[in-house]
Amino acid sequence: MRFLLTEEQRAFARSLDALLAAADTPSLVRSWSAGDTTAGRALWSRIAEAGVFALAVPEEFEGVGPLPVELGVAFVELGRHAVPGPLVETVLAAALLSGRPEPAGRLLPQLASGKALATVGAPYALDADTADLVLALRDGQVWRAPGARNIRPSLDPARRLATPLPGGELLSPVIPPEAVLWARLATAAQALGVGLALLDRTVAHVGQRVQFGVPTGSFQAVKHRLADARTALEFARPLLFGAALSMTPADVAAAKVAACEAAYATARTALQLHGAIGYTAEYDLSLWLTKARALRTAWGGPAECRAVVLGAPR
Amino acid sequence: MDLTHSPADEAFRAEARAWLASHVPAAPLPSLETEEGFAAHRTWEAELAADRWSVVSWPAEYGGRDAGLMRWLIFEEEYYAARAPGRVSQNGIHLLAPTLFDHGTEEQRSRVLPPMARGEVVWAQAWSEPEAGSDLASLRSRAVRTDGGWCLSGQKTWSSRAAFADRAFGLFRSEPEAPRHQGLIYLMFDLRAPGVTVRPIHRLDGKPAFAELFLDEVFVPDEDVIGEPGEGWRIAMSTAGNERGLTLRSPGRYLAAADRLVELWRERGCPVRVQDRVADAVIGARAYQLFTYAGASRFLQGEPLGPESSMNKVFWSEYDIALHETALDLLGEEGELADTDWAEGYVFSLAGPLYAGANEIQRDIIAERLLGLPKGRR
Repeated sequence: MRFLLTEEQRAFARSLDALLAAADTPSLVRSWSAGDTTAGRALWSRIAEAGVFALAVPEEFEGVGPLPVELGVAFVELGRHAVPGPLVETVLAAALLSGRPEPAGRLLPQLASGKALATVGAPYALDADTADLVLALRDGQVWRAPGARNIRPSLDPARRLATPLPGGELLSPVIPPEAVLWARLATAAQALGVGLALLDRTVAHVGQRVQFGVPTGSFQAVKHRLADARTALEFARPLLFGAALSMTPADVAAAKVAACEAAYATARTALQLHGAIGYTAEYDLSLWLTKARALRTAWGGPAECRAVVLGAPR
Repeated sequence: MDLTHSPADEAFRAEARAWLASHVPAAPLPSLETEEGFAAHRTWEAELAADRWSVVSWPAEYGGRDAGLMRWLIFEEEYYAARAPGRVSQNGIHLLAPTLFDHGTEEQRSRVLPPMARGEVVWAQAWSEPEAGSDLASLRSRAVRTDGGWCLSGQKTWSSRAAFADRAFGLFRSEPEAPRHQGLIYLMFDLRAPGVTVRPIHRLDGKPAFAELFLDEVFVPDEDVIGEPGEGWRIAMSTAGNERGLTLRSPGRYLAAADRLVELWRERGCPVRVQDRVADAVIGARAYQLFTYAGASRFLQGEPLGPESSMNKVFWSEYDIALHETALDLLGEEGELADTDWAEGYVFSLAGPLYAGANEIQRDIIAERLLGLPKGRR
């Protein structure tokens, strides 16, 4: 029993962090939000080359997985850098198709290599206008939809939500119940990363912002909000990796609740401590603030996940 | 990254579980914050010690099992899952004993630890004073050098369990001219020695859970001084880290409490209005367990606990209150009744954010030492 990331896992996190930091994700997110996905797709390829999507794809389909702990490590970094796109949905698509040799052999190598972005509508499909593969979950089956319509904005400007079109190709007559665990775990990890980024940026801000002649970070009221944010995030982290080890519905749901609630509370703190500048779209903080809200309800909102923790109906 | 215990650790768990199943009292003991309950708990501690379960992590020569940190965590999980009684000797075991292991003499260890393990000598903490709580370094009670030892005078307060305990450990000012963090002495004294007056203090529910100590020229022999005179602060702070860190509240306690809460919630017909709070209690207990496992893993590979223990303390103290509030709300009108385990636990939990360093102090530590924020006016 040694409940710590290995040196290899930590090195993987550091290399992803370096890759993403060099990509200037804030400007890339802004162009993605404006509908120009060129830079985003280029980064997607580099993320795939780093092996992120292969973690969710079994070896027989040109992946290296499934490796949920490493996937958690990767998605924390993707969240920390506010990487846009149907990241979770591509992982979910891999989980939905892994058990079926025919569509898997055809589609999963493309997902693993980053050549194709997948999205999944349940009911809304994220970034369906950009995705190469639009899956729809309906009537307990997995369908490849011929596209999507009725594109609507999300509270997170980097996300666009659409409804998959009816019809298309039946890919699986069942929805593997464990597939959603992958989406939920990846979302929890991404949310934790979003929360950590919000905390880091806010700590940096209050260390520099001077009011009444001193940095605002020297005020106890400010410190205590940030201490609470740090505590909530650091208690969500072991739940995330514990869930990645067990992949049980209750553990994954607990991780999702804790990570998303901690990230969301940190977002509120970040906004308050930045003052009005944090309330603007021009300032980069907004890229994480809005994502914290969106991830909270994606792939199992707080009430649904809490019911799963208790094995209770909702 | 691994959460699997070794076969040897699992065998240890099975042995503990079997012993507890055949020894835990069928009916709950009276509250240990009463004279009657204190006596009953001493008997229980003796029974635990007879089969060397009272201090599993200690070396065998002092009554332990050399079990190590991981097995201690496993034992605690089994202990609370078996609904075994609260530990009346925990102040001594978790605060004084680690200090003696690190800073005491061999003579002190062999004299003090075995009776502590058996519950024969129950220890109270004598740190706080009327003018020195969270600002502990401002304490004024003094120790004056005398023939063969030290002479204590002054006043201590909020001494947990001191109403019925036998001995106490605490900090005293031995060099009045020295800077406030220096010139302190850490020592042990007898609560029944001449010159000691113990005035029980009744907490919110009327039980004498702590006491004030009035000390009037109380003699302490040199053999009861821990470490060097003047080094008391440094020695005590190593103990304070233990208190906030891994040992004061084991995850087993909260895992078991969360299980009981879920049982209560099921019995009460699952009112949906509290369902989310019940789930949060389950999530919190698991988070605390895994956070502790991660901390223990780091500790066992040689890293110090450090300021992370302040997050630990803020977490469990607030968790404990939320858990008990949820239980009382589930109980409805019965939640007002004071003679239930939930009510006793609720009153106990209310003190959590106050002792072992107020949570405001812990948040300052987290902000300054973990986040690197500037020191400022409080």
